[in-house]
Amino acid sequence: MSEGAEEGELRALACDARETVVRAVATARGGHLGGPLSAVDALVVLYFRVLRIRPEEPTWPERDRFVLSKGHSSVALYAVMALRGYFPLEEVMTFDAIDSRLQGHPDMTMLPGLDMSTGSLGLGFSAAVGIALGASLRGSSFTTFVMVGDGECNEGTVWEGAHVARRYRLDNLVAVVDENGLQQFGWRDPATGRRARPYEAAELADRWRAFGWRVLEVDGHDLRALTAVLRESRARTGAPTVVVAHTVKGKGVSFMEDDFSWHSRVPTADELACALEEIDVARRALERAR
Amino acid sequence: MRVVGPPLRQVLGETLSELAGRDTRIVVLDGDVGSSTGGAAVETAHPGRYLQAGIAEQNMVAMAAGLATVGFVPFVTTFACFAVARALDSIRVLVAQPGLPVTIVGGYAGLLTGMTGKTHQIFNDVAVMRSLARMTVVAPADQIEARQAVERLAALDGPAYIQITREPSPAIFDEDYHFELGRAVVLRDGDDLVLVSTGVQTTRVVEAAELLAARGVSAAVLHCPTVKPIDEDALVEAALGVGLVVTVEEQSVLGGLGGAVAEVLADKAPVPVKRLGIQDCYGESGPNEALLEKYRLSAARVADDVERVFSTIRTRKGPAAARSRG
Ligand SMILES: Cc1ncc(C[n+]2csc(CCOP(=O)(O)OP(=O)(O)O)c2C)c(N)n1
Repeated sequence: MSEGAEEGELRALACDARETVVRAVATARGGHLGGPLSAVDALVVLYFRVLRIRPEEPTWPERDRFVLSKGHSSVALYAVMALRGYFPLEEVMTFDAIDSRLQGHPDMTMLPGLDMSTGSLGLGFSAAVGIALGASLRGSSFTTFVMVGDGECNEGTVWEGAHVARRYRLDNLVAVVDENGLQQFGWRDPATGRRARPYEAAELADRWRAFGWRVLEVDGHDLRALTAVLRESRARTGAPTVVVAHTVKGKGVSFMEDDFSWHSRVPTADELACALEEIDVARRALERAR
Repeated sequence: MRVVGPPLRQVLGETLSELAGRDTRIVVLDGDVGSSTGGAAVETAHPGRYLQAGIAEQNMVAMAAGLATVGFVPFVTTFACFAVARALDSIRVLVAQPGLPVTIVGGYAGLLTGMTGKTHQIFNDVAVMRSLARMTVVAPADQIEARQAVERLAALDGPAYIQITREPSPAIFDEDYHFELGRAVVLRDGDDLVLVSTGVQTTRVVEAAELLAARGVSAAVLHCPTVKPIDEDALVEAALGVGLVVTVEEQSVLGGLGGAVAEVLADKAPVPVKRLGIQDCYGESGPNEALLEKYRLSAARVADDVERVFSTIRTRKGPAAARSRG
């Protein structure tokens, strides 16, 4: 496949994932939207181009591990896992329902293929450091990927883990920061009255650098660039790697973009129709281009 | 069905805003969930007194302790799960042991956490907090009581924990009600047994008592808004009156209100005590009604379970009594 065609395929998958996310949250009348939508593109690239996994054998011992430390974005992970063949796409519509395997926050005891139970921010990251440390102790060659939010980087455990990962030179560990510039509520910017960014422009990347990590930065919605950078991230360089993905919260639905109030809001029927229409327009434009 | 009032989290935001307006020592700390806990109202009303601590609960509670030592009266607001579980050592070492006037507000308390599931549902926050020496533990039942409890804790010279729930819930008290710290309230008299409850679960227990009455079981209801210090006299009096106590709570049956009641009665008035609540398990996501059914906390399920307990005890009493006579 040409690079253009590859990218087109990924973009189509991302449209499908976004549609599934929005529908699932509307059906459940619960869940989050902003964070899942900013994370979709990186998740598609990870699950379709980067992770060494066997969807038909989700507990394959040598699989790459993936921990969604920003567990509130579970619905995006479920959509992408379903598209990748872990379970039927229709099952995503059971998201958040009582007795569903697709819990509001990932529950590894319910759904095979989840490498950690998350939802309490900052902890999944530390668990991923433990997985990577375990892999290096056991001599296993898999890579551990963990996705954190920029707001999540407020948690001390992230930096406690970052320190230990550097100590042990865990170059089998890749953190992806979904830097969408918003957390749930965060600080108020007194100048504008709007919600402030969790971290200023280059602040977050600089911090990871100061902790001795190899830092790669990428436009988190450029699927071609994401593919290249996430593939590069698994190179063993003697240091853990962080990919800082610059993203937009609510990406793909114009009225949800960059608006903290969509962190965890359920769309009305009209809003749902508008959102689905926008995603469909994007998909049709892709089809015309292919 | 009673009239459903605003969620207690809304009352929390309004009350803290008013208190901060009256008393410049009051500061409200938020762990990045002010838009959920109701705390955000304080940012609007008194931006200078709203201290955003980010998603870092252990640090937030520790900062509150520091603020308290220089004359502030901090209210720490986040979800009950993260307040208690993520920040426990800060609470234990910096707030409870030194006895500082910090109130920890456990938002989204209990089972109904907005479809978030197991991480956000903590069922042992009352058990954990009441096991800390010097800690006061409060769980209001409705809007009127929540407002008064928050006001009371603002004036308390010591550490406190208060549960605040997310969902709209019925009003059971009227404006004449007077909340008194450490005092339980008899909401209903009854001859067969006494139901002891706390928090918003009390609204469902009152309804359960009505259902039971229709089935011929006369249940008294004792509401304990303060779980620590628990109202021992009220418990003893209620227990001796009927001889069967059933505790009901939106918490684990291990160590919470049921534990507190069993401890008091074992010492002072040994009568049979049955603890209803969430069994020794973790939660899950789902719609409110489905969760209340599955975890047997709806009025109907509570009534069923109480009826079963009552008839078992009655039949057990029967033959035993017969044997001892024979
Ligand atoms: C320990 C902990 N504290 C608070 C929360 C509540 N919470 C859920 S999402 C969120 C904001 C997360 O912000 P960010 O990491 O930037 O995620 P994104 O913007 O990608 O959704 C908060 C505070 C939580 N889940 N865990």
